[in-house]
Amino acid sequence: MSVTVDRPPATERDTGSPRRAGRSLAESVLRVREFSIGAALVLLIFATWLVNPGFLDGQGVKDLLLNSSILVLLATGQSVVVLTRNIDLSVGSVVGLTAFACGDFVSGTDHSPLTVLALGIALGTVCGLASGLLVSFGRVPALVVTLGMLYVIQGVDHAWAHGEQINAANLPDSVLTLGSGSVLGIPYLPLITAAVLCATAYYLRTYRGGRELYAIGSSPQAARLAGVPVRRRVLAAYAFSGAVAGFAGALWLARFGTVVADAANGWELTVVSAVVVGGISITGGVGTVWGAALGALLLTTIGSALVVLKVDSFWEQAITGALLLAAISTDRIVRSRTTRALRKRSRQ
Amino acid sequence: MSDIPRTGGPPPVLALEGVNKSFGSVRALQGVSLELSAGQAHALAGENGAGKSTLIKILAGVGAPDAGTVRLDGEPAVFHGPADARDAGIAVIYQEPTLFADLSIAENIFMGRQPRRSFGRVDHKAVREATAALMSRLGVRLDPDRPARGLSIADQQIVEIAKALSFDARVLIMDEPTAALTGSETARLFSVVETLRAAGAAVLFISHRLSEIFALCQWVTTLRDGRLVASEPLDGLTEDDLVRRMVGRDLGELYPKHETHTGEPALDVRRLTREGVFHDVSFTVHRGEIVALAGLVGAGRSEVVQAVFGVDKPDAGHVEVDGTALRPGSPTAAVAAGLALVPEDRRQRGLVMEAGIERNIGLTGLGQLCTAGLVRRTLERARAADWAVRLQLKYDRLSDAVGVLSGGNQQKVVLAKWLATEPAVLIVDEPTRGIDVGTKAEVHRLLTELAADGLAVLMVSSDLPEVLGMADRVLVMHEGRLVAEIPRADADEENVMAAATGRAPVQRLGGPREPDGPGRAHAPGGRAEDDEPGDPDEPNGTNGSPDAGGEAA
Repeated sequence: MSVTVDRPPATERDTGSPRRAGRSLAESVLRVREFSIGAALVLLIFATWLVNPGFLDGQGVKDLLLNSSILVLLATGQSVVVLTRNIDLSVGSVVGLTAFACGDFVSGTDHSPLTVLALGIALGTVCGLASGLLVSFGRVPALVVTLGMLYVIQGVDHAWAHGEQINAANLPDSVLTLGSGSVLGIPYLPLITAAVLCATAYYLRTYRGGRELYAIGSSPQAARLAGVPVRRRVLAAYAFSGAVAGFAGALWLARFGTVVADAANGWELTVVSAVVVGGISITGGVGTVWGAALGALLLTTIGSALVVLKVDSFWEQAITGALLLAAISTDRIVRSRTTRALRKRSRQ
Repeated sequence: MSDIPRTGGPPPVLALEGVNKSFGSVRALQGVSLELSAGQAHALAGENGAGKSTLIKILAGVGAPDAGTVRLDGEPAVFHGPADARDAGIAVIYQEPTLFADLSIAENIFMGRQPRRSFGRVDHKAVREATAALMSRLGVRLDPDRPARGLSIADQQIVEIAKALSFDARVLIMDEPTAALTGSETARLFSVVETLRAAGAAVLFISHRLSEIFALCQWVTTLRDGRLVASEPLDGLTEDDLVRRMVGRDLGELYPKHETHTGEPALDVRRLTREGVFHDVSFTVHRGEIVALAGLVGAGRSEVVQAVFGVDKPDAGHVEVDGTALRPGSPTAAVAAGLALVPEDRRQRGLVMEAGIERNIGLTGLGQLCTAGLVRRTLERARAADWAVRLQLKYDRLSDAVGVLSGGNQQKVVLAKWLATEPAVLIVDEPTRGIDVGTKAEVHRLLTELAADGLAVLMVSSDLPEVLGMADRVLVMHEGRLVAEIPRADADEENVMAAATGRAPVQRLGGPREPDGPGRAHAPGGRAEDDEPGDPDEPNGTNGSPDAGGEAA
């Protein structure tokens, strides 16, 4: 049916002159968000450096990168879930479990770091699949499912650990090198994180599966009608988040060596904060992993800067909370403004 | 009855044979057959609850039939999901367009089917170019990169049509696509559909507006209570024939209009303004009078009544009920003063869908139904039962969730809920949208009776025959301004549409006026005749008065 609908005059519609304006409007909102977080980050680093130049020397930058790596990694995984209008609160406990499990597995052996990472990923994926199945096929609200998973995994972790801890002394050197080594002066950890981040961003932007995640978050109903395999995609998002958390758990072991059962306890909320501060809408469909990564970087930097500035560390939580509220408020305002602007434009 | 006589030729593109579908104990479809042929526009008629939506869901692959066959080109087909139906070339345009607000128009059209480059990567450039090509084929100027958020319903439907075009749909199913469209937007939609049909697409069209069925279709299938009543050519049928098949009886007058006795002013709106939404809106509604607020979708009518009711706080101006100024921005104060608002979107704003009929009706009067802070269930039920009888509500039990009622009966529940507050002024926003013909007439009769009893009624409606049939006075809004006030005797389709599209000279408004004062909004000379609905739609008026509303201030 390759017909050309000829243009009856009645269908001529003047929508003003928005040919290019549309894109700039839609994308600039996001750009503004990422830019402003980036600017805040630069400002914070600069201000801290003024007070304490040591903050930006070689070791300082290295510490900053190392400290933020795992949070950025977790934020990347969480972003994918939040984009589908869901949430994964179990990531903190998955990190704890996999870190301990990997440590238990590798202690006193000489398994290669790759085996350890593979084990972490596998274990994390299983946890993610469990949550994902309940959310997508069981149709239980994500908040409840992943909160339940959080406690279940924590319980298993504690039962397993039985008050013991993993000691760095028992770990093979190759594993510890993964956490502390570097190439050309850049530690492995941020390099690995950057690779995962880039791959995820590329997938979300250029693959059907990635675009469909945005579609699901924007309108689950419309996605279903458009033939998007909603449940499968949501399940995959959880599996990915779990896998990334498991991966992060293995890296946690490599970085810290000494691991107790409640490692990364409470991180899930920091991760969600980072994602939301980074501009991913908690109601899904909007945002990029780049923004989420910047959000994670910002939160970590605030923590480090407060130490350097000798501010009591409890302020960190208050600042994180304030940032979160500010982010959500600006989202609402920006969204209603853009809606109004777009509506006006289509009426012109 | 399920056997449709056929005369040779190729098998129908898409057909249903003896389809049954039940939801719980409700039999939505029983032994229904339907045949859609290439190049034919086929109307599906029936009251709400007749099974039309269920039938569409089966064709769209959203639900599977309990019994019966779906045939594609004569071959039995099973759709496991909407994707299967789409791959079979079936496009469905729902009453409520289902777009991704956050994504661009281009992505909306190609979601799940994006053209790809090597390694399965989405070719964003190709997606954008294909969308631009579709838009120019449709003769519309919509930026492919623009997010769908904020598009008018008409433009959203254009995006849906573009979607159908993009995969060369052989079957186009449209479920009440015109419910929220203006006359000219409908004309634009029809010209597109007509072109598709001429090119060989099979069209299934559903509308409550019978005139549209006659304008667009060649064949009609009528359902009643889930059963096939008739499947026949439209040629030689009249609207009355169709209505008789749909309701199984003759209908009384659709717009029963009594002589009205206009009383004291009940609602007085003075220079009401909300920046960027509407400006300087003044009007009066008297007791015993039905005043219609007409205009295009997006003209600001619903926004005005919401500000009057206090849902939104106006930036300037005030509202008086029975001579007493109303505290702005407070629905509580509005209800106390005797205002009642039946909102446009009854599912979202008018009802608690999961709660029972009695609960919903009781919501507005919890104060009277309570003793020591506890709701007396017996009082609540008595009140609901009383209203159910008065409004001829059709229901099983008063404790049934309103969500299971038909649209018309839901609307009656909303009406009952507000009438129970014994208001002085009843504001109804699109009172009959999505309601079948039979119930529509009942709602109209009810409104007329209420007005006759001395209630002041302010009605927002996009249904022009309803506006003309019901209103004692017609107020017309255009782009946030009140541009005309036309008494019943002078109102006709032409002058209301002319005012609504901003092409009529502006009528000076303001100050209390006699209800039957000399308000006229006729365009002088031949102007009005140039403006029959269906003309190129230029909502901002390119020729006559681009700033028409400005003079109303």
